Amino acid sequence: MSEADANIAQTQASTAPRRMTLNMGPQHPSTHGVLRMVLELEGETIVKAGCDVGYLHTGIEKEFEAKLYQQAVTLTDRIDYLCPLINNLCYCLAVEKLLDLEIPPRAQWMRVMLGELTRINSHLVWLGTHSMDLGAMSVFLYCFREREQILRIFEMFSGQRMMTSYFRIGGLALEPPRGWQQAVGKFIDAFPSKVDEYEELLTKNPIWMRRTQGVGCASLDDLIAHGVTGPMLRAAGLKWDIRKSEPYSSYEKFDFEIPTRTEGDVYARYQVRVEELRQSARIVKQALDGMPEGRWVANAPHVVLPDREKMKTEMEALIYHFKIVTEGFRVPEGEVYQVVESPRGEMGYYVVSDGTARPYRVFIHGPSFGNLQGLPKMVEGRLVADAIAALGSTDFVLGDVDR
Amino acid sequence: MSENDVAAAIPGSVVGSKVHRGQTSLAIEPARIVEVCRFLRDEQQFIRLSGVTAVDRYPLEPRFEIVYFLHSLERNERLRLKCLVPSGEAVLDSVTGVWPAANWYEREVFDLFGVVFRNHPDLRRIMMPEDWDGHPLRKDYPVTGPKYEYTQE
Repeated sequence: MSEADANIAQTQASTAPRRMTLNMGPQHPSTHGVLRMVLELEGETIVKAGCDVGYLHTGIEKEFEAKLYQQAVTLTDRIDYLCPLINNLCYCLAVEKLLDLEIPPRAQWMRVMLGELTRINSHLVWLGTHSMDLGAMSVFLYCFREREQILRIFEMFSGQRMMTSYFRIGGLALEPPRGWQQAVGKFIDAFPSKVDEYEELLTKNPIWMRRTQGVGCASLDDLIAHGVTGPMLRAAGLKWDIRKSEPYSSYEKFDFEIPTRTEGDVYARYQVRVEELRQSARIVKQALDGMPEGRWVANAPHVVLPDREKMKTEMEALIYHFKIVTEGFRVPEGEVYQVVESPRGEMGYYVVSDGTARPYRVFIHGPSFGNLQGLPKMVEGRLVADAIAALGSTDFVLGDVDR
Repeated sequence: MSENDVAAAIPGSVVGSKVHRGQTSLAIEPARIVEVCRFLRDEQQFIRLSGVTAVDRYPLEPRFEIVYFLHSLERNERLRLKCLVPSGEAVLDSVTGVWPAANWYEREVFDLFGVVFRNHPDLRRIMMPEDWDGHPLRKDYPVTGPKYEYTQE
């Protein structure tokens, strides 16, 4: 090779795009948990992206098979730990469907009300952390201020702030506490003005708009094909919400809108979720005003634990209590796939019963699992900095992905 | 959606059907699964795959029941497909070509049950470490995990 040829070869080598593989996570502040992303970069542009999950796998599905039906409720809290009550609800609805149990209206409305508070709680954590990833620190403090109040309400109802296990098979774990109306009422009356405060900080904020508008887009067909659900689809223009399309727990009696946008970018997802905060507040208000009177558990002595008072006076109640606690209750053979709308999208529990007191198999379809699968479609061909915005906008919870 | 629609379009593909608590499940001949899925997506608007999982019927044979959760947004309808595969030859065609969403779900079934999906683009373990022995969700796998024997060295 002549000297000139060598020079040309050298120049070509230095100008040819050089690819670099970048590991983001598993310990990275924007991955909120332990997600590892492998990005193949050309300069600052992402050529190929892949997710590596499983760092938080705890074998919850296996553990279900070893527990009695009523014991397994406590496991569901720990799957999607930002919306424990909605996990409880989905599992309970599935088992109740297998048992063919009728739930009294008060319990159903209570479930709707607390479920919507959970949605607000989850969206607040999302909004706070997502905006912090993109540099808006103060929103985080505002969001956690309201979240604290919701956690206090949960503590009032169940004695627990996060792992509430308040919904049980057949109804609620405890009678709603004295004074709950005032606590929820006070919070929900003030809440819409707090949402205005978040919007004041972000909606017209030029930095926020530049970081999020036109970022993380993917076509609606691509998103559906990759298993994405929930607010991400609504931000891309699909008017689909399981609370409307397959109502459960008497959601059909509530009046609320499904917010949609058509842009499908990170900003649209933000708008959809903020509007969902307002809609959830509306539902809570309706549930609060129209809460039916009556029992909070189903009339099914073989499934629901008896009152403490009855146990002290009635032999039969004592026997039922003993049987449920020691050997559980048998669930008729069969299988049910129950879906609910979680803050992140479609959450499904597939419960298979073989007629004994323990589930034969429980499969949990977590919304975050599907949402993460769609992530490469949103970040490929874009800048690394945009990956952070897109990642945050999927609102995943690793406990829900890895189970 | 009834079994007749599928059976008429692809003869010999449906081997059973059941409606329980208002939910329909069809038992599909394992060799025809991709064909059936493509028909349901293209002709019957089941454009969403909600999930794929398996149920281990140990010690019965055929041991594994692979379950597909289909969803049609247009018709607001859900459908379950089931394929029975024996433990001796736990192999099934992958449906990633029909719905890309099947990718991770099939990897999960492969990882936790040891069922192999033919023509899968990237069939690796997803939850357990790469060098893990065994498939945790099988019924003959203990809940507390394998017993390790620790020695002095």
